[in-house]
Amino acid sequence: MADQLKNSLPKKPLLEIAGLTRHFGGLTAVNGLSLTVGQGELVSVIGPNGAGKTTLFNLISGLDAPDAGSVTFEGRDVTGLSAERLAALGLARSFQHGRVFGNLSVLDNVLVGAHTRLRAVKPRIPLVGPLVELALALIRPPSVRAEEERLRAEAKEIVRMFGERLTPRLDKPAHSLSYANRRRVEIARALALHPRLLLLDEPTAGMNPTETAEMLEIIRGLKARGLTILLIEHKLDLVMQLSDRVVVMDHGARIAEGLPAAVASDPAVIEAYLGHKAVGAANQDTGQDTGQDGDAAVPVRIAH
Amino acid sequence: MLPTTLGPWLDYTINGLVIGNIYALLAVGLALIFGVSHLINFAHGSVYMVGAYIGWLCVTKLALPLPVTFVTVAAGCGLLGAVIERVGLRPLRNAPRIAPLLATIGLSVVLDQSAQLLFSPDPRALPTQLPTWRIAIGGGSIGALDLLIAGVGIGSAGLLYGFLRFTKLGWAVRATALDRDAAQQCGVDVDKVNRTVFAIASALGGVSGLLVGMYYNTIDPNMGFQAGLKGIVAQLIGGVGNVPGAIAGSLLLGLIESYGIALFGTSYRNLFAFVALILILVLRPNGLFARARRLPPEPLTGTFIAPSRPLVLPKWAVWALAAAALALPLVVQQPYLLQTLGNAWLYALLALSLTLVAGTVGQVSLGHAGLLAIGAYASSLLALDAGVPVLLAVPLAGLVAAALGTALVYPAFRLRGHYVSIATLAVGEIVTLVILNWESLTRGPIGVTGIPPLSVAGKPLVSGQWVYWVPLVVLLAFAALQSRLLNSHLGRTLRAIREDDVAARSYGVDLNRYKGLAFAVAGFIAGVGGALMAHFYSYINHETFPAPVSMLALTMVILGGLGNVAGAVLGAAVLVGLPELFRAAAEYRMLIYGVVLLLLIRFRPQGLLGTV
Ligand SMILES: Nc1ncnc2c1ncn2[C@@H]1O[C@H](COP(=O)(O)OP(=O)(O)OP(=O)(O)O)[C@@H](O)[C@H]1O
Ligand SMILES: [Mg+2]
Repeated sequence: MADQLKNSLPKKPLLEIAGLTRHFGGLTAVNGLSLTVGQGELVSVIGPNGAGKTTLFNLISGLDAPDAGSVTFEGRDVTGLSAERLAALGLARSFQHGRVFGNLSVLDNVLVGAHTRLRAVKPRIPLVGPLVELALALIRPPSVRAEEERLRAEAKEIVRMFGERLTPRLDKPAHSLSYANRRRVEIARALALHPRLLLLDEPTAGMNPTETAEMLEIIRGLKARGLTILLIEHKLDLVMQLSDRVVVMDHGARIAEGLPAAVASDPAVIEAYLGHKAVGAANQDTGQDTGQDGDAAVPVRIAH
Repeated sequence: MLPTTLGPWLDYTINGLVIGNIYALLAVGLALIFGVSHLINFAHGSVYMVGAYIGWLCVTKLALPLPVTFVTVAAGCGLLGAVIERVGLRPLRNAPRIAPLLATIGLSVVLDQSAQLLFSPDPRALPTQLPTWRIAIGGGSIGALDLLIAGVGIGSAGLLYGFLRFTKLGWAVRATALDRDAAQQCGVDVDKVNRTVFAIASALGGVSGLLVGMYYNTIDPNMGFQAGLKGIVAQLIGGVGNVPGAIAGSLLLGLIESYGIALFGTSYRNLFAFVALILILVLRPNGLFARARRLPPEPLTGTFIAPSRPLVLPKWAVWALAAAALALPLVVQQPYLLQTLGNAWLYALLALSLTLVAGTVGQVSLGHAGLLAIGAYASSLLALDAGVPVLLAVPLAGLVAAALGTALVYPAFRLRGHYVSIATLAVGEIVTLVILNWESLTRGPIGVTGIPPLSVAGKPLVSGQWVYWVPLVVLLAFAALQSRLLNSHLGRTLRAIREDDVAARSYGVDLNRYKGLAFAVAGFIAGVGGALMAHFYSYINHETFPAPVSMLALTMVILGGLGNVAGAVLGAAVLVGLPELFRAAAEYRMLIYGVVLLLLIRFRPQGLLGTV
């Protein structure tokens, strides 16, 4: 199995995490975690509620800074870099609880995703950069107008990926969308960044089986296009179908890693899930985001 | 000038502790309220003022004995607190987080203005019936009133401790402060807890007002504003929601002020508090006594501004309205009317500026009048002292206001939500205080006289039509620019920051850069507005642009719809124009604004034209 794993590891890691640690008071949310994601790979992170998955994403994406350990992105040490710098380097993420810009239209939400690609925002010289940006926004020379048109067309193209779900709602404010549609907007926004690495935090939370299946196809499509994806997901069948590799976390640490099938039968993994939740009402498909609990019971299925 | 013996220092220390004790009575209440409702209560200072006036009635009109006066004040203010909670805040429980904050501002305006109407704006004496002996200790001395204040402070702290620790309701208060939802699920009546906390906090605040009135032997209807701010500062020093921290912070603030006065003089008193506030907010936003760095709790999405569907005026309507406004002086010739509307257009510049930062970027600034003041002083002084032609001085003043305003608020860029409001409020106060104290530049309390009017080719533009046209043309130009800005990529970027700054950062939006841009543009617009005001008024001083002007601007912005350019103009026209045209007596005007603000928050939070 170790050999198999080694073979499936691509040569050039896009993301390398080593010994990442984050404490919250007495609690160690992420504990000496190491992880690599190769170019074009889809790696899933699973684990019971409170395992530290979202915290891990926050550390990678620069919203939170680790107490120890390092993050290397495309061979460059990016530990502790701010979220906005990481976005500029090509890292995009979605949020577990959905964070769309409520009073912005769907189209504008997606366009914010392309923010780092705008030429006007590139000059980072203090004082001069912002003033140039202001001048460009007010004067709007043809090049700026052309860029905006191009991005708009592209944003519509991205939204079309979700079929008829979003396209008719392009000009609707995001707060008027259904929960599932907001998740779609988040993914569209992430794609508009042209990410080198995409972090998805439970993209199907709160979706019904049909919607989940659609989302699975979309992620599969992204993967086929060569996008590198790090995925947090509680729905195990989805993880099994999509992942090249699965990393299992518990209490902030990695307790297993490997091919999906191997991980699913790992006793330590089963133990971790059983230890956290009694086997019980799996509500994977209730279409409601119950926030904390509920979803955790689902992975127990792999114990069958 | 500096005292060299120990005696005066002892006096300053005692004085600092006494004042600190008074702040503590305010700060503890604010901390309790923050604990259970996560709200910084801007109406707290007004309750303190009401306490002083109830005390004044008891002492001078009813000649009640001192203990009865105290009980009456506590009861009266406690009741007021419960009423504030019931009518002002409970209906807003599920409203966006900005709503209760604005409601407390509205309530404070209403209370202050009512007191002014009832008791006149003039200060009154509040004599104590206490004996006048003083005990000399080590070169300093302590009077009966000092001891009373200390006693009341310590006594209240003891009572409060007992209440929180040993009563069922006190337990409920602590449970609610710890975790509101969990407490509710355990059967805690959260409404009752809130009511109780507001009552207790307000009773303490009222007693504090009474004590201060006695201490300085003077009270006035506006005494609450500064005091409420001091309470907030003290609370922030100790860490918001932290009751023992609030007491420590208050004593510290009292000492800082007292020693500061000893070293630099009385007129700097408030400056120390506000500079301390900014320092605390920037360096230790969780207070002096907090330990670990904390992440903001999730999720924060869409909690600040209400979702809304703005009313979009068709292009032709905008052009028609602008043309009609421009043509008005051809039809209407009464100078008074034109002057009033001209004034409304000047205020509309302020509203335009505020709606950009408060509405579009979601940074609810409460010190916006400070930008007017900077612009007004810059332009006047450039014209008078540097001999710059007025036509050039006005845009230069805009640049000065843009640069200075952004630099002053810059430290607060890392703050969020209510903290931004507090910081900007403090910045506004700092501007006023610097103007007052930097006499060599600003002429201090005397103000600037003989400011030359705007003139073109040596012809001063002072007649009725010009007083109308100049502001209108400038306003239309800025409104057009701002609309253009909002239609560009900057518009969506700025609004994204308002909607969810964490998500915005994750998509590469550098918050400092864009907040800085917004404040710079806003500073320029308000600076030009202030400069025009100065050249039309020909006289300004540090009180020409007081804090209530900031509140007025906020009311205009909310009336029109947050972030809404047309709304800002409409809000200014309605709030400045209508009361004037209906000849509403000047003294009722602020009261009307306060009531309008409250009604809007309650019944039409998206304003007339909607949030954009
Ligand atoms: N900002 C914070 N402050 C304190 N504790 C935190 C913070 N963020 C997360 N935690 C704690 O860290 C632990 C890990 O949380 P995290 O959200 O990363 O888990 P998760 O694996 O994403 O869980 P879920 O599957 O429920 O999303 C939890 O115990 C959580 O309470
Ligand atoms: Mg999570």
